[in-house]
Amino acid sequence: MVDLTKGYPDKGYKIIGKPVPLIDSRAKVMGQALYTDDIRLHNPLTIKILRSPHPSANIHAIDVSAALKLKGVKGVLTGADFKNTFGVLTISKDEPAIARDVVRYEGEPVAAVAAETEEIALEALKLIKVDYELTEGVFDSKTALKPTDRPLHPELGKENNLHKKVVQEFGDREKGFAEADVVVEKRFRFASINHGFTEPHATQVEIDNKGNITVYSATQVPHYLHMAMAEVLEIPQHNIRVVKPHLGGGFGGKSDPFPHEMIAAKFALELGRNVKIKFSREEVFFSHHGRHQTDLTMKLGFSKEKGITAIDLDTLIDGGAYGSFGIVTTYYNGVLLQGPYKVPNFRFHVNRLYTNKPMCGAMRGHGGVNPRFASEVLLDMACAEVGLDPAETRLKMIHKENTLTTNEFRVTSVGLQNGLKEAIRRTKWSERHGKLPFGKGIGVACGFFISGSALPIHWNKLPASTVRMTIDHDGGVTVYSGATDIGQGSDTMLAQMAAEVLGQPLGNIKIISADTRITPVDLGSYSSRVTFMAGNASRNAAIRMRKLLVEASCVLLDIDPPVYDKPKAPDNYFRQGGRKPDFEQGFLGANPDYADGFTFEDGLIRCDSRNVSVTYLEAVEKALECDGILQTSGTYRAPKLGGNFKGAGAGLSPSYSFTAFIVEVTVDPETGFIKVDKATCAHDCGFPLNPLAVNGQIEGCIHMGLGQALMEEMVYDNGATQNPSFLEYKIPSAFEQPEVDIVPTYSDDSEGPFGAKEAGEGILAPIIPAIANAVYDAVGIRLTQLPMRPDRVLTALAKEAKEAQKKEPAHE
Amino acid sequence: MNLLKLNINGQDYVKAAPPSMTLLDFLREELSLTGTKNGCNSGECGCCSVMIDGKPMLSCIMLAVEAEGREIITIEGIADGNDLHPVQEAMVELGAIQCGYCTPAMVINGVHLLENNDNPTDNEVKECISATVCRCTGYTSIEKAMHHAADKIRKRNHG
Repeated sequence: MVDLTKGYPDKGYKIIGKPVPLIDSRAKVMGQALYTDDIRLHNPLTIKILRSPHPSANIHAIDVSAALKLKGVKGVLTGADFKNTFGVLTISKDEPAIARDVVRYEGEPVAAVAAETEEIALEALKLIKVDYELTEGVFDSKTALKPTDRPLHPELGKENNLHKKVVQEFGDREKGFAEADVVVEKRFRFASINHGFTEPHATQVEIDNKGNITVYSATQVPHYLHMAMAEVLEIPQHNIRVVKPHLGGGFGGKSDPFPHEMIAAKFALELGRNVKIKFSREEVFFSHHGRHQTDLTMKLGFSKEKGITAIDLDTLIDGGAYGSFGIVTTYYNGVLLQGPYKVPNFRFHVNRLYTNKPMCGAMRGHGGVNPRFASEVLLDMACAEVGLDPAETRLKMIHKENTLTTNEFRVTSVGLQNGLKEAIRRTKWSERHGKLPFGKGIGVACGFFISGSALPIHWNKLPASTVRMTIDHDGGVTVYSGATDIGQGSDTMLAQMAAEVLGQPLGNIKIISADTRITPVDLGSYSSRVTFMAGNASRNAAIRMRKLLVEASCVLLDIDPPVYDKPKAPDNYFRQGGRKPDFEQGFLGANPDYADGFTFEDGLIRCDSRNVSVTYLEAVEKALECDGILQTSGTYRAPKLGGNFKGAGAGLSPSYSFTAFIVEVTVDPETGFIKVDKATCAHDCGFPLNPLAVNGQIEGCIHMGLGQALMEEMVYDNGATQNPSFLEYKIPSAFEQPEVDIVPTYSDDSEGPFGAKEAGEGILAPIIPAIANAVYDAVGIRLTQLPMRPDRVLTALAKEAKEAQKKEPAHE
Repeated sequence: MNLLKLNINGQDYVKAAPPSMTLLDFLREELSLTGTKNGCNSGECGCCSVMIDGKPMLSCIMLAVEAEGREIITIEGIADGNDLHPVQEAMVELGAIQCGYCTPAMVINGVHLLENNDNPTDNEVKECISATVCRCTGYTSIEKAMHHAADKIRKRNHG
């Protein structure tokens, strides 16, 4: 097998940086891992949801009497049963658990039934009579901007269907465009796309005889679900325990609290029975929450000397019926253009609109993917116009380490330059770009992404992540973390942290995660925050544990314990505005050194200077003597970051990842079919903690980016979902996945755990424009609408041929 | 209700079930063999694949009664106790498992391919993998795992 550590520095770690299979993969490969719907509760009721067949309607009345009379039906809920609305963001709690009076999208819950069997529940749905008054819907962003006397959300007091408008301006864009050698501008359009996770949404609720509920749910955000549920159900949080079992993929699609979760919990509380609900695939598509359908116009100024001189962006994003993460998406559409290159003059104007369609929300690469496509295609056009090599040009433009962006993002580690250089070499870029035969092309694009959102959604001063760690009498280590493993391998990452610091084999570390009764708070799996934040917390808990074991060893060895330096900033710590890092305020914070003069290995704890040792178990026993329990905690909180202006918090992250793709394509001018032959990826995730997992993320991002680039789109006809199945919503198969070459790329992030940054999302965005740029290299067309379907390729080719004919003198 | 007698993983199970019950529901709901997954319930994603008379089939679009008298192997019946099948081993080793929801079906299809053909072409492996939707891996590591498993099986078969 290939040595995956090749190309990365050997830092002398035993477990960090090694290719480690995910610790739950054995259970998964044997079919033993329990996902939410696999859990067997005692005698549960089955819940089914009645969904509106209309995208826009008023509900005059709902008659549930016949359904309630059906034998085996135990309860029916309607919108009247829920007082409070909810939403993942505290600033847009606009979604009801069940529509009340108004239906805002096709598929919205209008009633729910709990019955003894699924068959009875389905039968009961047919007996519910809803008196709808159909109303005129709004189905596209432009219409949604127009004044109306019946907006979707009159509670906002607006005269149109604008949900959120963000305008930010930095520098002087007119001056920037004046300085440019070339100014390029285009309109780009993007279909809405779906996460396509394989496990449909599912929730089961167990109730005890005191009215406490345990909610097992397929969620990326147990903590936020916990909070939202307490509010919607109007019971204290301590009566609710949220547990995330194994999860079959999320990609952002399970990062909101959902109506069915509220419905299930409400039934359990009202009926005193255990309940379960599972979505059909059709319901998954109706609920959606995918990437926003987007219509944007971008203008980019480029100077041969200075690089990008200005960007001006106008964007409409179609949010669908409710807010979800939309306000964040609105900001991210602009601010995530602040890397990987300097943009000195910059304006963006993004409007998110409410429409009568399923809501859009967070999806892998959240908010940054569509504008990235535009900026990377325009940059390619600019390079072509002034005759510069687009790969070498990008290489020169990538942020240097420790710089502030124009909007005051603090960029610390950057390791992409070496990776891109190597990708250029490996692909023989300079010999091939612009020189391949018609139909064959090679293209490049870069990207950048946050490594965890520095600010919490619910404003508070608590750490972003806390880990509790215990060691049992037999030396077994248990890590308790709220971090949510959604298949990306965060449990394995937490275990690696503890194993490395404590010198234990991975098998000696047990992980208990994502259980709000047992595990300390972690905010969840979104914004690529888990490795950086929960990873640091786990590492810090282990460092404190190590200290206890060293002290116990010193007692046994009758030597003085080491004198610990006060945690201090790493030498290259980049303080924004002279601000102090948090670990000087009493927290271990990010990445302090734990050198203590002791070595933990082979079951021994050795004092290096004296060459004396005790066994690990002796030290554990000694350390347990005092309290009978050996326990520590570790936390992570982001340093204070950001500028002093409205909206400065959006996109702030303690670190940023950087990615480059070089993609090779074949375009068939007869059929318009694009085949991606090879994708060469350089991704700077700091120091890769587990190259096997990092490579898996890269390959998965290639798949998902490829899908958005070439085939995926949610199709709506006046608000009606046209393709709610895997047959009609096409995602790439093994035949479409290109050959993948991963270029070892790294940096040493001074605050990331063992130097690591995110590897789950940032990779996705640049592959899409890299494909488009390769298509241009292959056949000379600039595609500006996703997906790049064969019909669009053919139309563009025909248009190009016509224009070429016009330019050339007519033949006789 | 009919009395169904199904042979699953070498064991006979007799259960009363309505004739409309799918094999998938029979496995999951009646027997709690939850390793077989329900990703779409309409024959599109492949996550419900089980082996019937040695061939992978979709248990979500097959009635339980149709499976009577046939040999059914689910993911729970692939490993020999704690000893993983080479396909399972290779998938673990090569990181071909992320969320794991498609994994049982990938294993079923992989075992079928490689037990019948221990030297498959790239195309044959891709075809085998295409039976199941995976959204995490991009299939790259699964493909590698299948080839790696083929090596193991060749060694096992031919020494």
